[in-house]
Parts: sequence; structure tokens; C-alpha cells
Amino acid sequence: MEIPRHWRLQKQRYSLMGEECPHCSAKIFPPRDVCPECGGEAKEPYRLSGRGSVYSYTTMHSAPSDFEESLPYTIALVKLEEGPTVTAQLTDLGEREVEIGMPVEMVTRRIKEDEGKHGMLVYGYKFRPVMGSVR
Amino acid sequence: MDKVYIAGIGQTAVGEHWNRSLANLSAQAVLAAIHEAGDPQVDALYVGNLLAASASQQANLGSLIASNAGLIGVETFTAEAGEASGAAALRMGYLAVRSGYARTVLVVGVEKTTDMVGSGIDSVIAESTDYDFEAMQGLTPAALAGLLMARYMRQYDVPPDGLSALPMLAHAHAVYNPNAMYRRAISIDTYNKAAMVSDPLNMFDAAPYADGAAAVLLTSDAEIAHMSGKALVEVRASAGAVDTLALHDRPDALIFSAVTASTQKALALAGMVLQDMDIYEVWDAFSIYGVLSVEANGLAARGNGWRWIADNKDMALVTMGGNKARGFPLGAAGVYQVVETAIQLRGEAGENQVEGACNALIQAMGGPASNVITHILSRIE
Repeated sequence: MEIPRHWRLQKQRYSLMGEECPHCSAKIFPPRDVCPECGGEAKEPYRLSGRGSVYSYTTMHSAPSDFEESLPYTIALVKLEEGPTVTAQLTDLGEREVEIGMPVEMVTRRIKEDEGKHGMLVYGYKFRPVMGSVR
Repeated sequence: MDKVYIAGIGQTAVGEHWNRSLANLSAQAVLAAIHEAGDPQVDALYVGNLLAASASQQANLGSLIASNAGLIGVETFTAEAGEASGAAALRMGYLAVRSGYARTVLVVGVEKTTDMVGSGIDSVIAESTDYDFEAMQGLTPAALAGLLMARYMRQYDVPPDGLSALPMLAHAHAVYNPNAMYRRAISIDTYNKAAMVSDPLNMFDAAPYADGAAAVLLTSDAEIAHMSGKALVEVRASAGAVDTLALHDRPDALIFSAVTASTQKALALAGMVLQDMDIYEVWDAFSIYGVLSVEANGLAARGNGWRWIADNKDMALVTMGGNKARGFPLGAAGVYQVVETAIQLRGEAGENQVEGACNALIQAMGGPASNVITHILSRIE
């Protein structure tokens, strides 16, 4: 069980809470103790918009035990409009083919069930194609 | 500072060793290395391992291995740097001998992937990524490589079989490595028909996880170094450099900056240039890692690493089958690299012998160049 970890990460998982560097204004996600842009100390919370585009993606054909029920699933590197890149699953794709550069937005979805059936349900961010966007 | 010589080497076959434990595998490699050097007194044992605490529920490997192999009294601990753990243990051994703190040191890399069955092992291996922000999304090391490969092929317009050269080369060399896991060559047809692991990364783009142990005995004592009667091999340089743990934290994911930094540090320490190398043991946990390494090391322009590997006649790569075809015992792989390179520099690589091989650069990586450790070895005439 990883309850303390899930609790600790809830602001990131549910609302993409990152940071804005008080020294150089860089937007940071995931949050960290030192700004990667300027090396200053970073600690001001900043909520990312959740809008971005697909930098790269891959479809998984085998998976770690907690994720096997989701197979096959697509993982992407999503470049957020504020600058940071986030690793996340794509969802709500329907028949749609994923493409590099495709605009996507954050939604909250079930990520996995801890330790298989009857385990704790873990929710967090995934990204879906932006509604109404044309290819 | 003292010079660091390789006095003895040992390795187990790489594969699935269901009936042998972490301790059994280590003992075979360690005892072979000590016996080759005439059983000298050993001051320290440094262990490279990634999975034991999670996959075998065993920590404190140094004590486990030392007590089983009759090495009571030595100093020992484990070095961990993801899949580069074996190279980290080697670096630890190098530092101890080079500094004069120890005279003779054993380095062993060991990995046991078959103490777990099923998809549990994939969960454990994913712990080497950023657990909170990568593994938690269902990502694995193969997914990281798939993301890099997809972007690379799109950005540089690489044909679907463009990355096939390195795995094909590895398989061709493994045929003549008696300790390799897959001792058969593969054709381009076989590559093209392979099942996908994480698109566009197929089965032959990914090194297979396996069990194994490899060991080297390092010494500054010239008498011990000559005991084996083999050609003398010196560890000329050792260096490491890191990049971000998570791939998403890099400004340009297709630049392996820690490869550049680690190589440059090692070359500067040895007073050499990359072109001096007869052998370059490039890290091929995934074929795309080999391609991006070649580019980071300046052997090819960005977007051209895959062509360079296909056309290369400058230096020998993955000479005993690499991680792809020798098999990939994770935290042991960095020690396999040094054992195999010592065999080459001793002139004992048989059908795979690189003629006149004098200098070799070997590089190990934790993650997608998140932690890169480089060693340079030379044959001493």
C-alpha cells in the first residue's frame, strides 16, 4: 500500500499543481526544490492549465502488474503550453489516431488499482484530444 | 596514484538460472576471478546490483556474497546507479585501488530477474524510472525508449527498419560468445516481423532481461597482475555524469548530454581522443540508446547516428553481443562489459577478436542516459 505517497501527490495528480520560480518566473512541473532554469530555490505554487501538445507517444503491449487491465494503452510526453513536459497516458481517443503535435488537454481518470483487484483506486491526470480540434 | 590492472575475470552464462541464487551466481564469477590471479588476499568486494531488494527481498548483498564465497573480513557494500550499477561498482573498485587505499579489490555485478514470475518483474524494473511521475503513469524503461524512438524517427524521417543495424550486429557477435543468451544471427526479415513492445520499438530493439554475474579482480600489484599469464590490461580512466532522472525534465529529450559529459571526462583523464579507440562498447539496452549515444559522442551528426552505425568501419561495437544478444542482466551488465573487453584486449576473443585491439571505451547507462558511467581500458605491452 502506498497511501502516504498518494496523499502527498494529490495536488499534482488532481490539479497539475506545479510551481512558478520566484526568481526567473519559469513554470515548473513536477515541482522541485531548485528551479531547473535559473538554479534558484523554487517553492511558489502555480497551477498549470493542462493544455499542451503531444511531443511523442508510444503504445504499450506489455505492462507492469497494476496496469495490465488497461492494455494496450498509449503513453505520451505532453509539452504543456507553459513550458514543462509531462509524462501521461492518453485517453478518450476513440477511433482517433494519435499524432505528434496533436493538441491535448488534461482530464482526471482512474490510473490504476493498487495491488490488483479490490485494491485502492488511484486517480490522476491523463490527457485527451482537445474537443473540436481538427487534424 | 597507483595504476589499476585487471588481474582476473569471471562470468556466468547469461540466461534464466531458475535453480541458482544471487549468492550462487556471484560465487561462480568471483571465484573464477580470484583463482585466475592465483588466490591473492582481497581487501574489498564491491557489488553492482539493481533489483535484489525488490525482486528477491534481499538487501546487504555484500555480506551475502562474501559469506557464501568465503571472503569473511573484507570491506563490502553495493553500488546502485540503475542499470549502470555494475559500472558504478567498477568505478568504486577503481577509486579504491587508484587511491592506494586498497591493493586488491573484487568487483562483482549480479542480477536475478527470475526470482519473480509474471508482470511483477516489470513493476520492479520500472522502479528505476521516476516513480512518482513516470512509473505511476504505467511507464516502463521500454516505454521511455519507445517515446524516444517514435520522436527520433519522425523528426529525422528514419525508415521503419532504420535502427536495425545495432541489434543485427549484436546478434552476429553473440554467435561466438559461449556465455551469450541468444547465440544466433538475425536477418532484416526477422527484425521487420518482430512483435511490438512499445511502438515503434519491437522485440529486437530491446535487450532481454536475464540473470547473470560477472566479476573482475583489480590490483595495483604488478606481481598479482601478471599471475594469470595473460596480456596485461589496465583501467586507464573512470568517470560518471548525470542528466535528469525523468525524461520529461529535459529541454531536448533526443540529446543524451550525460553521454557527452561522461565520455569527455574519461577521455581527458586518459589523455586520449575517441578516435584512439579500437573498441567502443556502446550501451544498447535499446537500439535507440545506441543511436543517441553515437550522436552525443560526436561520431555522427544529430539524426545520422543510425546511418553511422550501419556504415561504421572506424571502431568495433558490441563485440561479444552487447546487452541485446549476450542478454541484459541489468545491474550486472556493466561488469560483463569490462570482462568482455578484457577478453578482447587479452587477444582471446576467438572468432570475435578485434585484430590488434589496444584501447577500448565502455559505457553503461542508468535509464535513458540519466546516469552514465564510462571506463577506458588499454592493453599494456
